[in-house]
Amino acid sequence: MNFDYSDDQKFLKNEARKFLDGNCTSAHVRKVLDNVELSYDADLWKGVGAQGWLGAAIPEEHGGLGLGRVELCAIAEELGRACAPIPFASTVYFLAEALMLAGSDAQKAKWLPKIAAGELIGAFATSEGPGVVNAANLQANVVGGKLTGVKIPVTDGDIADLAVVLANEGGKPGLFLVELAGAGVTRETLKTLDPTRSVAKISFSGAAAERLGDAGEGFALTEAVFDRAAVLLAFEQLGGSDRCLEMAKDYAMDRYAFGRTIAGYQAIKHKLADMYVKNELARSNAYFGAWALNVGAAELPIAAAAARVASSEAFWFASKENVQTHGGMGFTWAVDCHLYYRRSRQLALVAGAPKVWKERLVQQLERRNAA
Amino acid sequence: MDFNDSPEEAAFRIEVRTWLEANAPKKVDTKKMSEPEILKLAKAWQATKAAARFTCMTWPEALGGRGATPIQNVIYNQEESKFDVPRGFFDIGLGMCVPTVMAFANDETKQRFVAPAVRGEEIWCQLFSEPSAGSDVAGLRTRAVKDGDDWVINGQKVWTSGAHYCDFGILLVRTNPDVPKHKGLTMFWIDMKAPGVEVRPIHQMSGGSNFNEVYFTDLRINDSQRLGAVGDGWKVALVTLMNERLAVGGSTGPNYAEIMALARSTVTEDGNALANDAFREKLADWYVQAEGLKLTRFRTMTALSRGQTPGPESSIGKIISANQLQDLSNSAIELEDQFGIITDTAIAPMEAAFQQSLMWAPGLRIAGGTDEILKNIIAERVLGLPGDVRVDKDVAFKDMPTGR
Repeated sequence: MNFDYSDDQKFLKNEARKFLDGNCTSAHVRKVLDNVELSYDADLWKGVGAQGWLGAAIPEEHGGLGLGRVELCAIAEELGRACAPIPFASTVYFLAEALMLAGSDAQKAKWLPKIAAGELIGAFATSEGPGVVNAANLQANVVGGKLTGVKIPVTDGDIADLAVVLANEGGKPGLFLVELAGAGVTRETLKTLDPTRSVAKISFSGAAAERLGDAGEGFALTEAVFDRAAVLLAFEQLGGSDRCLEMAKDYAMDRYAFGRTIAGYQAIKHKLADMYVKNELARSNAYFGAWALNVGAAELPIAAAAARVASSEAFWFASKENVQTHGGMGFTWAVDCHLYYRRSRQLALVAGAPKVWKERLVQQLERRNAA
Repeated sequence: MDFNDSPEEAAFRIEVRTWLEANAPKKVDTKKMSEPEILKLAKAWQATKAAARFTCMTWPEALGGRGATPIQNVIYNQEESKFDVPRGFFDIGLGMCVPTVMAFANDETKQRFVAPAVRGEEIWCQLFSEPSAGSDVAGLRTRAVKDGDDWVINGQKVWTSGAHYCDFGILLVRTNPDVPKHKGLTMFWIDMKAPGVEVRPIHQMSGGSNFNEVYFTDLRINDSQRLGAVGDGWKVALVTLMNERLAVGGSTGPNYAEIMALARSTVTEDGNALANDAFREKLADWYVQAEGLKLTRFRTMTALSRGQTPGPESSIGKIISANQLQDLSNSAIELEDQFGIITDTAIAPMEAAFQQSLMWAPGLRIAGGTDEILKNIIAERVLGLPGDVRVDKDVAFKDMPTGR
């Protein structure tokens, strides 16, 4: 039984924390928050690339470090804790995972080294409007290698170089690689709940599109990519939840009311204990997801769903009760509570809302039961 | 991360499994049996385990154990849980009471009591809680007054599991009411069959009687039955309670799999209950919680297996499991709609398992630390938040205000 990070993984995680403590402070996050022209922190993005994190899980033959997914999870946990304002998830959890899952040898050889080298930002475009995209309402369409349609919202769509797009071709749903600097692509940055992460509307009118994976497999591949991303996102959520509990504790210990620290009142203690319990349940479920992702276990779909549901719930609870613990100060722009409140929503929605994942989880239970 | 045993652990697991296959008693239907009949089976199984040293495994060999590691203990329990053997009669005695005796009694007392307890011949109970001292157990009122070499005891204990079949108990009493409450306590061991001890079963809201009231009327015991110094009872009790978390196991009762089976066979206003969106969302939540707890135990095992002390993650279990049992049971009976009111095991789905757990769950949220006390423990010992303001710290026990 070894259900924890190894010593080497803990070392890597600790190094990541040290790097982010210096290079991703609240001031760095706020620079992106407060400047509408800024979509991400370009210096941090370069720094993260120089650390090798972008290629942590990319095989050495494609220019990566060839580490396991558990190492990537350790990095993700620290990025979530620091509320990092960079397109890491879009590029690494979505694009790189999609390429490694479904890419041809040529596609992998062409794009993975660029990701590992920090030369390319990715995006994953499925949604076309409010609600869930499905076979009945999917509008984006590819004819003769040219994509037409609108994708909204696309996280990091305004700064990405390469997008994976879900679209029909000859009536069959597929995934397609689209270079966003090419002709036939119009992009518009959108206002969102979390301005520290960038989101765009992308309109395609005859943009060159190359299929990624088999024709007809668009939705199955999307689900498979989401399973992988969900585990990695769960670690970002976990890092954020832990940070919220820490912030709430630190504030409560120093805040005095009615002649004593508010950390001594049971109303506060029980709130923080509830945060702790949810964070630990999320951690255990996330660890199982990391194991399943790392070894490519058959349990990945249910493990990913459980990790996503538990981490989404933990981060939402911790982020909102962190504001509450801070009282009036928590409601100000100046105090960092809202950064995590915002990020908890961004992370809970980006790979599909928790409700969708609960349904996927129950479908897996039904499948297991039928088997 | 992996879930594999180390080679040594795997070898031990095989040894345990082989032994269990050869020695575990055949499954018997205990539903129609009386408690004394089940107890007889349990004592026989305990004797078999003791002879092979598969009980109290982490204790030294001289005391009947095998000097096993905590992880070996976990492996044994995992393997034994796959067999339908009688359980539950010895956990409190061997998990909490006898270790306290071992830590504080003289050699003669240890010689007399440890071995028979390990073999299951004598069972021990823990006499701490009182009607006026539950979460605040140090506020207990049972008095012991010195009389020559003896102590004379008067008072009442409550919530004593198994007192009606136990042979001995460890008893926490007040020996000095003139000092603040924690400082006036002393621990003794007593013979539960002695004159002056009266055991009365408590009729629980669930209908059953798993716990007792124990009354002491001029119970006379010798000073040699004292465990620890006079006035040191609280320190001794902390040793007992430290073992509690290890002795009290996970909860039993229906879980997500059972309610899923119920939903599959239940028709609601809009078709099969398992097709209902609201139900499916709850089912996912229960699964995530139950899996989270199971996986948290794996993290505890990892710490044990690395020779570390398990971290605070082990403290979250009962808060989650007890509340989930209550919530899930209620959802199940509401799923049954009007039929949910029926508790007749011959008629109600799953032999009324959900109705039974609905009535048992409130007790589970209270026993061994209420939800509220457990949250205080997490807040204070895990997160390091300050303790509550205390108005009873420097007040002599006799001067403390009391309610009913």
